[in-house]
Amino acid sequence: MKKLVWLVLAGLLLAFVPAGAQQVLNIYNWAEYIPDDVIRDFQREYGIRVIYNVYSNNEELHARLRAGATGYDLIFPSDYIVPVLVEEGLLQEIPHEAIPNLAYVDEQFLDPPFDPGNRYTVPYLWGTTGIGVNTRFVKEEIDSWEALWDPKYRGRIAMLNDPREVFAVALKLLGYSANTRDLEALQEARDLLIEQKPLVLTYDSDNTNHLLAAGEVWLAHGYSGDVLMAADVNPDIVYVVPKEGGIMWMDVMAIPKGARNVDAALKFIDFILRPDVSARLTQVIHYPNPNRGAHEYLDPEVLSDPAIYPPQDVMERMEWIEDLGELAPVVDRLWTEVKVE
Amino acid sequence: MATLHELTRQGALHVSDVKRHKGLRAHVLLLPAYLWLGLFFLFPLLIVVYYSFTERTPLGDSIPVFTLEHYARLWDPLYARILWRSLWLAVATTLITILLAYPFAYALARTPKRWKNLLLLLSVIPFWTNFLIRTYAWMVILRSNGLLNTALMSLGVIEYPLSLLYTPGAVLLGLVYGFLPFMILPIYVAIERLEPSLLEASADLGAKPWQTFLRVTLPLTAPGIAAGVLLVFVPALGMFVIPDLMGGAKVSLIGNLIQNQFLGARNWQFGSAASVVLMALVIVGLRLYKRFFKMEGVF
Repeated sequence: MKKLVWLVLAGLLLAFVPAGAQQVLNIYNWAEYIPDDVIRDFQREYGIRVIYNVYSNNEELHARLRAGATGYDLIFPSDYIVPVLVEEGLLQEIPHEAIPNLAYVDEQFLDPPFDPGNRYTVPYLWGTTGIGVNTRFVKEEIDSWEALWDPKYRGRIAMLNDPREVFAVALKLLGYSANTRDLEALQEARDLLIEQKPLVLTYDSDNTNHLLAAGEVWLAHGYSGDVLMAADVNPDIVYVVPKEGGIMWMDVMAIPKGARNVDAALKFIDFILRPDVSARLTQVIHYPNPNRGAHEYLDPEVLSDPAIYPPQDVMERMEWIEDLGELAPVVDRLWTEVKVE
Repeated sequence: MATLHELTRQGALHVSDVKRHKGLRAHVLLLPAYLWLGLFFLFPLLIVVYYSFTERTPLGDSIPVFTLEHYARLWDPLYARILWRSLWLAVATTLITILLAYPFAYALARTPKRWKNLLLLLSVIPFWTNFLIRTYAWMVILRSNGLLNTALMSLGVIEYPLSLLYTPGAVLLGLVYGFLPFMILPIYVAIERLEPSLLEASADLGAKPWQTFLRVTLPLTAPGIAAGVLLVFVPALGMFVIPDLMGGAKVSLIGNLIQNQFLGARNWQFGSAASVVLMALVIVGLRLYKRFFKMEGVF
């Protein structure tokens, strides 16, 4: 009996001893957002072990960090949440001289409004929000958000369950900016969304690809990568960025305060920005990347695919989501009104 | 396994048992429980109350300035409608679970011991799987090209798939399914305790079976129903997963409202105020309920 107790104790102790002198990098990221073999190559090249934890939305990430979670060395927040993280002092500055590959990033994606001068963040991937179409059931060509108001598709439409994204659709259709602070424009958008509601099967941000791939909905308001993942499974599915334009977004890499292995995090950021590695990200997970150097490593059909890299005239009508500050509770209330009807 | 129903029986702790031994010893023995409640119940509750009275910065932080604006914002027919709908749904869920659970619990309590444990086990087994996964399973069954529609169509009962998922009915189904065991177990314990000789006496005195049920069985098992109502009604009122997943997030309930304030809207202050109001309403409701049913010692 005594022997057994000692054995258990020894086992417990061993669990706390780090395996050799090997370095560890703790990544906190969205699920399925870095191809496994990219992580494997990093581990092999640098001899640093990667531990990959996942969250499902920016709010979860924010709440975790705010509650004092430590031990993460590298996180991947989206554009709009960055000012909140910076303001609350949850991020540390990134020394640009440690990331030589930053030189490959397209200027279009540097110095963004949410992080002037890229003091705290470095671009990872970006994407658009558009419409996933199941061409087996939808025979006409879809090129406008108006399709989501077509009574033909009643009960076959899914919308994201996200007030800013959904309001952006209505605002763009009405010809306003997705970031308008004009109350009347927002109210008009609300009325349009209430009008649309009977046609909507579900508001869901997490299952766009399953809903589309299973043929449960024929038109889905969703993120480009999610829709293209459905297209991998079901070849009838195509992704469209409507002619009115829509939302574009970017996920960035950042190092939280209290990170244990800043050095490894910087090495990983630089590794990701290497043109050949950046290209592999886009090949596998279908989100476009901000790396100019990566273009020569991409398949020509990926680079010319308007679903991944929208043409320039569409890009000009795309907008980032900006934090509405004081107006946020107003939009929240209008969204609740849509939900109550 | 053999003692499963006995455990259930013993598990019905009576607060009055503790009250009777009001001595110091009882309090000392309860110290770990006090600490636990203080640390993990009272303290977080105070934080929620604190948040609900503080001002919010545009980024969502709290600054320690007293304000009633979050409560004022709740004073709005829009939120009253959400609350009303949530109440209605919670009441419907509770009534349906009583109607389903009572006959089941009765049959269970009267089953020979050999089978009883097995049946009791079967009604508890779903808990071994995560609630979210069971909800997704229902979605697979109910969706338009799901199991049920496919089966009905291949049998020729229907020509086109029925819209089952993402409806108010689906939300109700999900709630009833999720909370049914919480109604079955307390009613089962109450019926188990029922002395069979009382029923015999009632019959000997000439009462018809339905009279015995209404005048002996039902009043004596009422505490079980009352406990079940608490276990079902209160959590059903705050549920947000089911309306989101099975209702397609088309109907906002009070639970969704609060959850959204803490996540998407990043307005912990307003969410806290809504939580405090909901809690106050539940406490007042339970007080009235207790007085109405003259239930001392159940809570």
